[in-house]
Amino acid sequence: MATGYVVRENRYYDSVFLMQVAKRISNETGVDEAAALMGTLNNKQLLADIGFEDPSIRAATPSDLVIAIRAADQDTVERILVNVERWLARPEMVAGRRAVRTLDQALESQPQTNLVVISVPGTYAPRETRQALERGRNVFLFSSNVSVEDELRLKQLAHERGLILMGPDCGTAIIGGRGIGFANVVRSGPIGAIGAAGTGLQEFTSLVHQLGSGVSHAIGTGGRDLSDSVGGLTTLDALSQFEADPSTKVIALVSKPPGPATLAQLREILSRASKPVVACFLGLESNVDVQIGSLHLARTIDEAAEIATRLATGADPKVSSLGPTNAEHRLEAERVKLGREQKFVRGVFAGGTLCYQAQQVMRDLGLAVSSNAPLAGMAALDDPNDSRGHTLVDMGDDLFTRSRPHPMIDATLRNERILKEASDPEASVLLLDFVLGYNASSDPVGDMLGAINEAKSIAEDDGRHLSVVASICGTDDDPQDRKSQIELLESAGILVFPSNAQAAQLAGLLVSGLTA
Amino acid sequence: MSDPVVSGLKQLLSEGPVAVNLGLREFAESLQIQDVEVVHVEWSPPAEGDEKVGELLDRLI
Repeated sequence: MATGYVVRENRYYDSVFLMQVAKRISNETGVDEAAALMGTLNNKQLLADIGFEDPSIRAATPSDLVIAIRAADQDTVERILVNVERWLARPEMVAGRRAVRTLDQALESQPQTNLVVISVPGTYAPRETRQALERGRNVFLFSSNVSVEDELRLKQLAHERGLILMGPDCGTAIIGGRGIGFANVVRSGPIGAIGAAGTGLQEFTSLVHQLGSGVSHAIGTGGRDLSDSVGGLTTLDALSQFEADPSTKVIALVSKPPGPATLAQLREILSRASKPVVACFLGLESNVDVQIGSLHLARTIDEAAEIATRLATGADPKVSSLGPTNAEHRLEAERVKLGREQKFVRGVFAGGTLCYQAQQVMRDLGLAVSSNAPLAGMAALDDPNDSRGHTLVDMGDDLFTRSRPHPMIDATLRNERILKEASDPEASVLLLDFVLGYNASSDPVGDMLGAINEAKSIAEDDGRHLSVVASICGTDDDPQDRKSQIELLESAGILVFPSNAQAAQLAGLLVSGLTA
Repeated sequence: MSDPVVSGLKQLLSEGPVAVNLGLREFAESLQIQDVEVVHVEWSPPAEGDEKVGELLDRLI
């Protein structure tokens, strides 16, 4: 084996592009491993962990690009690294538009800008966000690793200026039918949605679309907005606007439970709402504590979408389009294949809220679940890399995404985890989510099907049947072609459900001995 | 819900997004596909010295 490195000073590329570069190099004949990363401390550690160590890497700064490869022989290393530029070539994005390097240059060239989308590394995000707000622009802040103190300060600034700050860690939004970040292609309609971080809002808006209604706007707030440290600043401003917005007839709120002080404030505001409001506070043991006036409370995202659709259209949504098809039969047919020692559900999720909701569904079935992102009262995994008992893992957790793109884009770690779970004789059901929409992988199922089949083979070689239960978050209008994604899964013997709550329910029933 | 008028947000919701994108280029490309006007910034981190000066200025402002 031979290794080689190239460091390019002051050459910044984002992690998604660099993942693509590393993949292209890895696919070259003779290449065993390739990495393309910015020279941050974390990344340098990551490189050292996989055996890439060199004084040139140690000296690299966060502004420097590092490319490292391990290959069968020195010739291959040289062939790859002799012309690094060809790996970094990228087509021009907009023909004829001059490249800009700062926010101010961009605003100068497009003064009518009303939204700044920020996904720079978290260290730099507060500064860029503040600049955008000070220049009178709303912000969609995708970056994570922003402190709660910075979040509060920036949200206060936004509120004072009559602007909205969606995020930090905001994955999705829909404004007037246009999806921002990871968003699904959803019909325009009368339901205004507010959600914490990402996949919860994606699931809600997709289900509303599949039920036949549509969305006026969907505002992402960031996962901490309703905590008492932030006080719901973004949620409350969004509620005010939805109340005044003529295209919004019904308001829906999907989030983790608010902090006590924020709940009191929310209660006060919602009691004066003139439009119907549906709320789904995921993770609560019961909805009793949050009864607010005429608020419609939903237990799951499915239920929230159904209630909102009913309120918006005045008619019952087509429940059958969401309801499980043939669930009882499918449950029994699958259950008989499982061995006596196979006891546990292993969920390997891309979507944080989907992992969270699945825990709630399984808890409601009386099952104790461990997670790296546990519900209140549930067990936290001692080691997030090791499952025990029923385990649902959020692979989008910062712990797993450091230095690599989110699992909705890069399935590598999910695939590795699936294979690991398959080797455990106590594993009974693999529970998976696939997220479609803009900016997600162009083929989420295809990215994982090889690993899923391999997982099933590992179990079979050991005389076991591994059940695989999946849900797809997305709409028939998404770029990935939902129908063909479903067909791919079904042809591999995977049980596919139109929502995460239903998939979690079936996975839980499979191991609990209960009936559908 | 009679809080102060959220004017910038109101305009965003009524007129739809006109965007500047800093960071992942895919975010700008997906907006373009949806016919949203977007300017993508070829962003890079400030040089270390500039960053310190920037932080100092931030504190003074």
